[in-house]
Amino acid sequence: MRSAEKWHGARWLRWLRWLCWLLGRLGGVLVVIWGAATLGFIALKFIPGDPVEVMLGVQAQVSDEVKAAIREDWGLNEPVLVQYFEYLGRLLTGDLGQSYQLRQPVAEVIAQQLPSTVQLTTLALVFALVLAAASALLARGRRAGRAVSVLELVVVSSPAFWTGLVLIAVFAFGLGWFPVAETNTPRSLVLPALALSLPVAGIVSQILRQGLDAAERQPFATSVRARGATPTRLLARHTLRHAATDSLTISGYLVGSLLGGAVLIETVFARPGLGRATLRAIIDRDLPVVLGIIVLAAATFAIITLLVDILYRVVDPRLRTREDGS
Amino acid sequence: MSVVKVSDLRIEFDGVTVVDGVSFAVAPGECLAIVGESGSGKTLTAQSLLGLVPDGATVSTAELTIDGVDARAFSETQWRGVRGSRIALISQDALVALDPLRRVGREVTEAIEVRERTSRAVLDDRAVALLADVAVPEPSLRARQYPHELSGGLRQRALIASGLAAGPALLVADEPTTALDATVQARILDLLRELKRSGLALLLVSHDLSVVASLADRIAVMQNGAIVEEADAATLLSSPQHPYTRALLAAVPGERTPAVPTGGVVLEATSLTKSYRGPSRSTRVAVDDVSLQLRAGTTLGIVGESGSGKSTLARLLMAVETADRGDVVLAGEPWSALREAARRGRRHRIQLIEQDPLSSFDPRLSVARILAEAIERTDTPTRERAARAVELLESVGLTAAHLGRRPHQLSGGQRQRVAIARALALRPDVLVCDEPVSALDVSVQAQVLALLDDLQRRTGLSMVFISHDLAVIRAMSDEIAVMRDGRVVESGPAADVLGAPQHPFTVELLASTGI
Amino acid sequence: MSLAITERLARGRRPRSGGVIAASAVLVVLALAAVVPRLFTGIDPLETEIANALAAPSLAHPFGTDQSGRDVFSRVVYGAQHSLFIGFAATILALVAGLIVGTISGLAPRAIDTVLSRIIDVLMAFPEFLLALLLIAILGPGESSIVVAIAAASMPVYARVTRVQVLVVRRSGYVRAARIIGVPPLVSVLRHVVPNTLGPLLVMATIGFGTAIASAAGLSFLGLGTTPPEPEWGLILSEGRNFLGTAWWIAVFPGLAVTATVIATTVVGRRLLARRAGRTS
Repeated sequence: MRSAEKWHGARWLRWLRWLCWLLGRLGGVLVVIWGAATLGFIALKFIPGDPVEVMLGVQAQVSDEVKAAIREDWGLNEPVLVQYFEYLGRLLTGDLGQSYQLRQPVAEVIAQQLPSTVQLTTLALVFALVLAAASALLARGRRAGRAVSVLELVVVSSPAFWTGLVLIAVFAFGLGWFPVAETNTPRSLVLPALALSLPVAGIVSQILRQGLDAAERQPFATSVRARGATPTRLLARHTLRHAATDSLTISGYLVGSLLGGAVLIETVFARPGLGRATLRAIIDRDLPVVLGIIVLAAATFAIITLLVDILYRVVDPRLRTREDGS
Repeated sequence: MSVVKVSDLRIEFDGVTVVDGVSFAVAPGECLAIVGESGSGKTLTAQSLLGLVPDGATVSTAELTIDGVDARAFSETQWRGVRGSRIALISQDALVALDPLRRVGREVTEAIEVRERTSRAVLDDRAVALLADVAVPEPSLRARQYPHELSGGLRQRALIASGLAAGPALLVADEPTTALDATVQARILDLLRELKRSGLALLLVSHDLSVVASLADRIAVMQNGAIVEEADAATLLSSPQHPYTRALLAAVPGERTPAVPTGGVVLEATSLTKSYRGPSRSTRVAVDDVSLQLRAGTTLGIVGESGSGKSTLARLLMAVETADRGDVVLAGEPWSALREAARRGRRHRIQLIEQDPLSSFDPRLSVARILAEAIERTDTPTRERAARAVELLESVGLTAAHLGRRPHQLSGGQRQRVAIARALALRPDVLVCDEPVSALDVSVQAQVLALLDDLQRRTGLSMVFISHDLAVIRAMSDEIAVMRDGRVVESGPAADVLGAPQHPFTVELLASTGI
Repeated sequence: MSLAITERLARGRRPRSGGVIAASAVLVVLALAAVVPRLFTGIDPLETEIANALAAPSLAHPFGTDQSGRDVFSRVVYGAQHSLFIGFAATILALVAGLIVGTISGLAPRAIDTVLSRIIDVLMAFPEFLLALLLIAILGPGESSIVVAIAAASMPVYARVTRVQVLVVRRSGYVRAARIIGVPPLVSVLRHVVPNTLGPLLVMATIGFGTAIASAAGLSFLGLGTTPPEPEWGLILSEGRNFLGTAWWIAVFPGLAVTATVIATTVVGRRLLARRAGRTS
C-alpha cells in the first residue's frame, strides 16, 4: 500500500509524533500532581478549628501572643489565595513545608522513612511476580487450574493485615523460623513482604492465567501449532506476550494496592516506614506531613501509570500506528 | 499416489458425533474442495488432518495415510513432524490468524525456525523470498511490518506464504477468501491456482460454492458431519444428485424478475457528502457527492467493497447522521433538513435492517418487548397489540413461540427475521437494508432474500439494498448504483449495469464475481 | 480487590452453581447475624469475666475469650453489625454519588465531561485505601468518618464505570434502533439507558460491598474507626495482635469472618457478571 519511500520518510515523523505524545503525557503527570496538591490544600483548609490549636493540642497552655506569633511564622494570616500560591511555589522547589509535630522539614521526614518502605514494597513486588508467574506457568491442567483458582480467590479475599498476623502466629511464634520483633535484618523483611505480596500475587496470577487461556484460544495459536511448534514455544514466543499485555493494564492498580497495604503491614509488624509515619501524622493531626505524603503518593502513582503506558506501546505494536486500518 | 488419504473419519466432541464416516483423498496438483455450511464439521475435518482437533474431541479413523505413512497412531511428536512440513493449514482472516504482536517475516518463517537451526539473517532472507513468491510487492519492507499494517489481500498472501515456508505437499486452506473484497478474492484464487499448477495439493474448505467452483477439481459436500455427495467439479455443479447439494446450488442468488414500479420517486438523495475527522487531523471523505433515486415498489441496489461508504450512506438516508452537504427527500417532503423533533413523527415511513441485528436489540428485552416497542408507535389499540405481534412474527416465518425468547437465544437467521418484523410493524414505505444477509449461511440467506422479495411484491414496499456481494445485488435489484471510495461510479437499470458496464471498476467487479 | 479488576476477571469464567449457592448462604448467615445476633449467641459481647481471660476455644466459648474474658464468638457475631453496616452504608453512598457524577459526565456536553473526568482521574491517582486514610485525617476518627471516607474513596470507580456504561449505551445499536423507530429521547433514556447502566453497576456494588467491609476492618484495625469496647472485626483483630503468641484465636477468627465475607460477595458478584455477559454475546 505505502511505498518504501513514504514509509521511511514517515519514520521520523512517527518519532516526532511519539515525542509529542510523551510530552503530552508528562504534562498530564504534572497536572495530576498539581491537582492532588490543590485538592489536598483545599481539604486541609476545610478542617474545622484553628490549625495552630490543632497542632498544639487541646491541652497546651500557650498564651494568645505566642499563638499569634506562630500564626505569623506559618504565614497563616495571609489571604488564602496567597497561601496557596506560596505553597505551590515551595512545592516547585521541593520544599514540602515544615512538620507541626516533629519540628523537621517534611521532606526530611519523608526521606528518613522512605527507604524502609521502598525495601518492603520492592521485595513484596518481587515475591508477587515470582509467585504469580510460577502459578500461571505451572498450573496448566484442568484440575490444577481449578485448585489454583480457589487458592487465588482465598488469597485475594484475605485482608493483608490479617494474613500478616496469621503468618506471625504460625511462622514466628509457632515455628520460630522468623524473628518476631526485629526490624533491621533481611530475615525480618520476609514475612511482611510476603503478607503484602499475597493479594497482589493472587490477582496477577488470575489475570496471567486467564490471559494465557484466552490467547491460546485465538486463531493465531492454531496457526502456530499448525507449523509444528511445541506447546512451550507457543507459550514462550507467543501467548506469554499477549498475557503480559493484559497484566500491564492493572499494574497501576497493583502498585497502588502495595502502597496502601504498606501502611497496614508496617503497623502489624511494627516496622518503621512511610506507612507508620502517615498513621502518626493522621493521629497527631500533623497536616503538612499528611499533605506532603498526598503529593508524593500522587506523583508516584502518576509516574508509574506513565511508565506503564510507555511499556504498553512497546509491547503492543498495534498501539503505535493508530492511523492505519481500523 | 495421494498425499493424504482418510477413510471413515469419526470425530466426537463432548459425546456428540460431529463428523461421521468421512472419506476422501487428495493427490498432488489436485484441489479437493469440502463445501458445507456452519456446523457441518468441515473445519474439524480439516484440522484432524494435522492432528489439531481441540481438547475434548476424540478422533477415530479406519485409515489415515499421509505420504504413504500410517498416521492413525501418531504421537504428538510425530504430528509435529508432519505439521508445516508435509501438511500446512491456513485459517481464515489473516488479521487474527497471524500473531498481531509479531512481525510478518517472523510469522512467515516460523515453520522453518521450528525444525532447522538457522541464523536470523538466513531466516530473514527466506522470509523475503517467500513473500516474493506469493507476489507481495516490496517484500523486504513488508517482512519487517506487523500484520495490521498490511492490507487484507497482502495479509492473506503472507499467511499463505507462512503455510508454504517448510515446503509442504498439501495445503489445507480454511475459508481463505471469506474476509476479503471480491476483487482481492479473485487475485488470491489466482495465486492458489498457480500453486496448484506447480504441484501443490490443495484441500479447500469453504461455504462459498462460487469461490470453490473456480478452483476445485473435485468437490465434496458436507452436511451434519457426513459427505453427502462427491464428484468432479463440473459434474457436481451442472447435475447435482443429492437434495442438499441441489438446495445449496439453488440458494446461490439467481436472476431477478424485475418488480413493477407502483408510483413515483419515493426517496431521493441529492449531492450527499459526509467526511470524518481522523487521527492527526486528517479527514476521510466517506460519502462524496452521492445522488440517487428510489422509485416506489422497486429495489435500488447499492454495491461496493469495504470502505466504499455504503454504511455511511445508509445512515445518512435514515437521518441518524447529518450530512455535511446535500439533501434527502422522503415521499416528496423534506427529510434530512428537518429538526429531529419534527422528523420523529414521520420516522415510521423509513426503516432499517442491518448486518448484525443483535446489536440493535436491547439485550435485556425479549422478542415480545422488542416488537412491542415498535407496535406502540403505531395506532394499534392496546388490546390488539399482542395479536399484532404474533401476526408480524408469522409474516416473517416465525411463530408465537419465539415471543418469549431473548435475542441471544436465536439463530442468525431468526434474529434477522425479528428485525424485519420490527421494521414492518411500522408499515414503512421504504426499507433500507444494510448488508442484511452477509453474516448468514447460504441456505438461510436464500430464505431471508426470498422473504424480502415476497414482501415487496405483496405490499409494494420500496427497498434500498446495500451489499458487497454482486450476486445478491443482482438477485434483488431493479436499479443498481456502484460505489467506490465514497462516490457512485456507475448507476442505472440493473440489466444495463450488469450487461453493459461502463466504468472500469464495475467491469472488474463483474469479472471477479464471475457473473 | 478493585471492582474494575473483578469485572475483567469475571468475563473469563465458566459458571459453577455449587460455589454460588454456598456463597449466598454465607451472605444470608452474615445478614442474619447482623440483624438478629441473638439467633447465634446468648452471651453479651461486652460482658467481661477477667477470671476467664485468654481461654482457648472450647464448647462454651467456640472462639475462645479475649484479654478481658469476653467471648470472642459473641464479639464476632455482634461485630457483624458494625462491619456490615459500615460496608453497606459506604457502598450505597459511593454508588449513588458515583451514579450521579458518572451519569452527568456521560450525558453532558464535552466540556463538562472533560472537567469531571479529570477530577476523577486525579482522585483515582490515589490507592483507594490511602485516600480513605487521608480523608480520615480531615474528618477525624470514628465510625461515621470511615463510612464517609470509604465511600469517597470508592466513588471514583463507580463514577468512571457509570460514565463508560452511559457512553456505551448512548452509542449502542439498540438506542439507535429506538431512535429509528421514533421513540422519544426521554422514553429511550428511561427504557434503555437507565436499566442497562444500573445493571452492571449493581453487580459491581455487590463486590464493592465486600471490599468496603475489608477497608473498614483495616481502618478500625489502625484505630481510626469503631471505638472500643464496641465490637468490630478490625478492632478485635488489633486487640488480638498483642496476644498473638499466647491467644491466637482473638486475631484469627475475626479475620476469617472478613475473608469469608469478601469471598462470598466476590463469588456472587462474579456469577452475576458472567450471567450478564452471557446475555450480550
